[in-house]
Amino acid sequence: MSPNTPTSSSGGTGSADSSAARRNSKRPKYSRFTQQELPACKPILTPRWVISAFMLVSIVFIPIGVASLFASRDVVEIVDRYETDCIPQRFRNDKVQYIQSSEDKSCNRSIKVPKRMKQPIYVYYQLDNFYQNHRRYVKSRSDKQLRENSSADDVSSCKPEAYTNGKVPIVPCGLIAWSLFNDTYSFSRKNQQLAVNKKGISWKSDREHKFGKEVFPKHFQSGTLRGGADLDDSIPLSEQEDLIVWMRTAALPTFRKLYGKIEVDLEADDVIDVTLKNYYNTYSFSGKKKLVLSTTSWLGGKNDFMGIAYLTVGGLCFFLAMAFTIVYLVKPRQLGDPSYLSWNRNPAGH
Amino acid sequence: MRRKKLRLSKIYSFRCGRACFKEDHSQIGGPGFSRVVYCNDPDCFEAGIRNYGDNYVSTTKYTLATFLPKSLFEQFRRVANFYFLVTGILAFTPLAAYTAVSAIIPLIIIVAATMIKEGVEDWRRQKQDMEVNNRKVKVRKHDGTFGYTEWKNLKVGDVVKVGKDEFFPADLLLLSSSYEDAVCYVETMNLDGETNLKLKQALEVTSSLHEDSNFHDFKAAVKCEDPNVNLYSFIGTLEFEEQQYPLSPQQLLLRDSKLRNTDYIYGVVIFTGHDTKVIQNSTDPPSKRSKLEKKMDKIIYFLFSLLFLMAFVGSVFFGISTKDDLENGVMERWYLRPDDSTIFFDPEKAPAAAIYHFLTALMLYGFFIPISLYVSVEVVKVLQCIFINQDIEMYYEEADKPAHARTSNLNEELGQVDTILSDKTGTLTCNSMEFIKCSVAGTAYGRGVTEVERAMDRRSNSPLVQQNNNGSNPTDDSTDNKPRIKGFNFVDERITSGNWVNEPHADVIQKFLRLLALCHTAIPEVNENTGKISYEAESPDEAAFVIAARELGFEFYKRTQTSISLRELDQVSGKKVERVYKLLNVLEFNSARKRMSVIVENEEGKIVLLCKGADSVMLERLASNGRKFEEATMEHVNEYANAGLRTLILAYHELDKEEYKQFEEKFSEAKNSVSADREALIDEVTEKIERDLILLGATAVEDKLQNGVPDCIDKLAQAGIKIWVLTGDKMETAINIGFACSLLRQGMKQIIINLDFPEIQALEKAGEKASITKASKESVVRQIKDGKAQISTARVGSEAFALIIDGKSLTYALEDDMKKMFLEVAIGCASVICCRSSPKQKALVTRLVKSGTGKTTLAIGDGANDVGMLQEADIGIGISGVEGMQAVMSSDVAIAQFRYLERLLLVHGHWCYRRISSMICYFFYKNVTFGFTLFLYEAHASFSGQPAYNDWFLSLYNVFFSSLPAIAMGVFDQDVSARFCLKFPLLYQEGVQNVLFSWRRILSWMLNGLISAVIIFFFCTKSLELQAFNDDGRTVGRDILGATMYTCIVWVVNLQMALAISYFTLIQHIFIWGSIAFWYIFLLIYGAMSPSFSTTAYKIFIETLAPSPSYWVVTLFVVISALIPYFSYSAIQMRFFPMSHEMIQWIRYEGRSNDPEYCDMVRQRSIRPTTVGFTARVAARSN
Repeated sequence: MSPNTPTSSSGGTGSADSSAARRNSKRPKYSRFTQQELPACKPILTPRWVISAFMLVSIVFIPIGVASLFASRDVVEIVDRYETDCIPQRFRNDKVQYIQSSEDKSCNRSIKVPKRMKQPIYVYYQLDNFYQNHRRYVKSRSDKQLRENSSADDVSSCKPEAYTNGKVPIVPCGLIAWSLFNDTYSFSRKNQQLAVNKKGISWKSDREHKFGKEVFPKHFQSGTLRGGADLDDSIPLSEQEDLIVWMRTAALPTFRKLYGKIEVDLEADDVIDVTLKNYYNTYSFSGKKKLVLSTTSWLGGKNDFMGIAYLTVGGLCFFLAMAFTIVYLVKPRQLGDPSYLSWNRNPAGH
Repeated sequence: MRRKKLRLSKIYSFRCGRACFKEDHSQIGGPGFSRVVYCNDPDCFEAGIRNYGDNYVSTTKYTLATFLPKSLFEQFRRVANFYFLVTGILAFTPLAAYTAVSAIIPLIIIVAATMIKEGVEDWRRQKQDMEVNNRKVKVRKHDGTFGYTEWKNLKVGDVVKVGKDEFFPADLLLLSSSYEDAVCYVETMNLDGETNLKLKQALEVTSSLHEDSNFHDFKAAVKCEDPNVNLYSFIGTLEFEEQQYPLSPQQLLLRDSKLRNTDYIYGVVIFTGHDTKVIQNSTDPPSKRSKLEKKMDKIIYFLFSLLFLMAFVGSVFFGISTKDDLENGVMERWYLRPDDSTIFFDPEKAPAAAIYHFLTALMLYGFFIPISLYVSVEVVKVLQCIFINQDIEMYYEEADKPAHARTSNLNEELGQVDTILSDKTGTLTCNSMEFIKCSVAGTAYGRGVTEVERAMDRRSNSPLVQQNNNGSNPTDDSTDNKPRIKGFNFVDERITSGNWVNEPHADVIQKFLRLLALCHTAIPEVNENTGKISYEAESPDEAAFVIAARELGFEFYKRTQTSISLRELDQVSGKKVERVYKLLNVLEFNSARKRMSVIVENEEGKIVLLCKGADSVMLERLASNGRKFEEATMEHVNEYANAGLRTLILAYHELDKEEYKQFEEKFSEAKNSVSADREALIDEVTEKIERDLILLGATAVEDKLQNGVPDCIDKLAQAGIKIWVLTGDKMETAINIGFACSLLRQGMKQIIINLDFPEIQALEKAGEKASITKASKESVVRQIKDGKAQISTARVGSEAFALIIDGKSLTYALEDDMKKMFLEVAIGCASVICCRSSPKQKALVTRLVKSGTGKTTLAIGDGANDVGMLQEADIGIGISGVEGMQAVMSSDVAIAQFRYLERLLLVHGHWCYRRISSMICYFFYKNVTFGFTLFLYEAHASFSGQPAYNDWFLSLYNVFFSSLPAIAMGVFDQDVSARFCLKFPLLYQEGVQNVLFSWRRILSWMLNGLISAVIIFFFCTKSLELQAFNDDGRTVGRDILGATMYTCIVWVVNLQMALAISYFTLIQHIFIWGSIAFWYIFLLIYGAMSPSFSTTAYKIFIETLAPSPSYWVVTLFVVISALIPYFSYSAIQMRFFPMSHEMIQWIRYEGRSNDPEYCDMVRQRSIRPTTVGFTARVAARSN
């Protein structure tokens, strides 16, 4: 390019000279831009393009689908729904009364491991019909207060869980914190306790930047109404990982949240005994509660949807590609219409 | 269009015309006539009381103070903007689903962008005003000297001195001029577009004020009418030296007109600034909005109703679920604390909560309405205008004029024109009359070939040769003659270079040429440097005659009030001699007389009446001994008319002194009479003298077709555009031109509607108005009915009709009860020509077509008489030709030549239409996609009004992540290149039939958006529903789902754009991929900000999304799936049901465009058969 520059620039001045004679000319300057003649590719959906695009999609999608399906199938997931079973028979007619009473809420469940589960095994609780995405709920928190000790009074957005009866600001305030999930689980296998590691279940950015190390719970759950779990006043918020997980509100009314990790392998046919405290009231709004144990794959937890969907779309594209090919071959163009040219009539075009 | 020869001819009658200042001077001082001007004493006490405004003129829309409120008001008059303003305000209340700042910032950006645009436009106007207001003029100062001052400082009563070729700074009362008799010549091009000069004359009492010093004691008072809009009236009195003198328009020099041919004038400022007649006259041009934009408003209303519906549904559900939260004190969703709620969520007042929620929902679903649409459309249109202005192929070299789009509102309308209403003279033709032939003493001279003859020759040739010739014809025109003289194209060596003296009837030829040099009202202008003479004539025909006379040896070089001086070629000596003719009378031209005469006395004292006029009136006035050449001449005249030329008959009549004296007495008596029938009296007198004429010959002047007109008309006809010609010309001329430009052809059935029937003419003679009207109307009705019958019987056949109607008949045809029928007939005809139509009729016809058919009309014209038509039509195109700037000033697009219309419509119009309609559809698509995911999410959040996305994601969607590619499409997209647009004019029908912006198309785009939204929402939620999101076992929160869905949307809408456009330049690539890349960059930057600002998006990309394979896998899957429906649809459509532009894309792709036979086949099959244009002519021949 560079050797051409001097000549082209001299050419430029030459044309400038000639146009200088008509300096006042309103003649538009020629440029490919203003004349709308920019170099451009003008793709049109030729059969070849269409078929290749469909083929490409199916070629990419089917392997991904297979891989995700395998990933999903590799994951072992145990789901135990317990919200009804953990209510003593006599309270079954009025579950809400039971859950609000001071009866013993302990409940024992045993779970059979269907397949070998490699550690780490993640423990989730799953709630249903719980609108953590309700606007009143989502807004009812004070990020500032969670972050800085000095902002303990910043509770304006937390109503009605902003102040105790004595008008002292609550830390952490708001409906989200107040309704913290408080069922607890402990696991044992063959009478041997399985430790549940509750460290590192939240996102690091939350721990480090959203929940202050200096901020300790104050007057929590001392409002008029008691909500969910209580918090240990001596542990800073940044270490209250249950709270941190809970405060990252779920997107949909059915959601799982991480409870902890079991860091030993579970063998097939192991029977896990779960001792759970069924404190949390989902009975008012007839929500389900489930305990979930699951391993993960590179893609996350168990969900066949993605694999199947990939395969379906990949297959559909393959089918479309075939269909288009057949149509083009069988009916290259419509009879009698010269403008529908067939793609195989003009090999030079390809 | 020919101007009526009225004004200049009055020059010679005003001397005797003073007596007619009778009217209404009694009103002076009364209401409406209260103005008093103290001349030369602007600062006196009385003038101070009156306090007339200064001469500052402002045309700006805003001032510094009013800019903000006024432009804001303009902005928020738009329903969508107002809606966004209301939601922006509501966003500050607790109703808001998102933070107020994020809601208000896009609105501010949009409004600011529009306001900046307004501001810049107004600033330009301001600069122009400054230039005008700061022009200098010589004004008399207190010390008695004349010095320069700015225009804006002029005060009423100032005495100013204006030099040659300067503009008048205000409306002035003419006091005196450099001429003895205080006349001056004025060019009023800026006022009425007329290029001819007008003569003004001061009162005699002030005409002696020739020197600056004369004004020392000059004191006078003018009492006159108040400022008004009437350019041609002025009533006032001058009180000078205790005497009252009446003033008329003859003494008033209007602002913005120019002093010509006069060294200087003195004048008194009467009206200043906004009081001047020209400013009073300047009304804002009617603001036109394109049909597309009107439809766009409708779509926005449609979206609003959808929005309300969605909000309503949401509110009902919300109300129910809120009410259920608390029953008899038992809380259902206890975690929401329904027992201690605000009004917005109070279960006990659920209806109120639902109503509040309705407002919230309106704000939330506001993303349905594309906030940036208006401003994007405006930006796109401005850029499109630049392309039109910059198009080198619409640049006219000769006049150095590029195309100029004056409004950007109507670009896309250019692609939808159904009917073109065209002026003829100056538009189809050059309006430079050329003297091309003449017939003298029964011999035809002149061997020039007219455009019409050429066209007729072409007609008889084979079609292929014809088409080839078309391209090259204009070039050999311009190359043959040496230095071409404008207005003169006469080639005949028998006459030129003085050879006429050797012709058999040399004496007749001499008289003939002398008549040409004398019988006119032109004013010569001598170029001081070269000595060359040019002429200011009232019409181009006249100029052509004088020029012809000059070229043939009778040079007219000087005119005074009473004489005309010629340099003649002496027949005997062969030398040039100067001769002065005493000008005795001018018998002016008007459309009723159809002739003009002058009476001159030559140096020998012989008095001659020289007369030229239309054959119809001239032949009956010939003396019995003057008919020697009648037969031969008439034969020639008919030949000329057939060749499309304008003909005039020249004749003379020698008068003896006695005869003239009698005439003169009667004539001045008639002129000085003040009775109402003055005109009739004058007519009667002149009628008597213009008799017993002796025929000299006939002239033929060609009104040349502009280059490329037949070609252009042919292309436009192929594009399915109907062309109507509205002209002031005679029917015969109009028909000739119709033939020349292929609007008419031999096989066409002509339906001619006129009133030239003997019985009506007889009635006219009798002069009974009522009966004339009745008979005329009946006749017109009958003719229209006949025409209708003819068309309806012939409809089965392929016979083409042409409707030709004259002005008089048009008056009746345009009456309310008949216009529908007239329109029906006109639509049934392939060509329509309205001759002898007045400017008003032109506008009325335009309105009739516009409102009658509901289709887009385009009017094209060049003269002041076309202004009404240009403003009435959906689009007005001004030809920046010779007839001044009036048409251009009131047009929407100005082009230099008619032939550029082809490119303007077929290329730019088509592109703009396509671009804008696709862009608007796309805007709706992308907003429906986005808005509907919000709605779907609401359904999963018990309609509480919680958006799925982070506040800033929401508000920046329209501004950053999706608008730029759409704008790029609106500016650059081309379905097919310019070459193909011109090659296949049928493409234009896409715009005329509005297929790209039909409700079906708009709704399918919206449906596409809906499908995309559903796919994106359900696939995302299903994929990310419950299970762990990554191998760390963490699950998906609102933040992750929101960001993932948003990513998918950004990808989908941008890739959708990539699929939809057919023209990928670097710019498109940058915008499309840039928008997607920018989303990730934005996510990074936003995520890096402090969590108090970024809230849920804090570090979301770095920490959460990017490391998780599921995020990428979901994105890929959802994006591709969402595009498959559209992709399949368009693949099928492209292949099996291609639209016109897609067919042409195929042809280009297949490389078949070079196969003429094939292209022809495509063209043939395209649309309805074309019925005008030479292609049709060829087709008609072959049948």
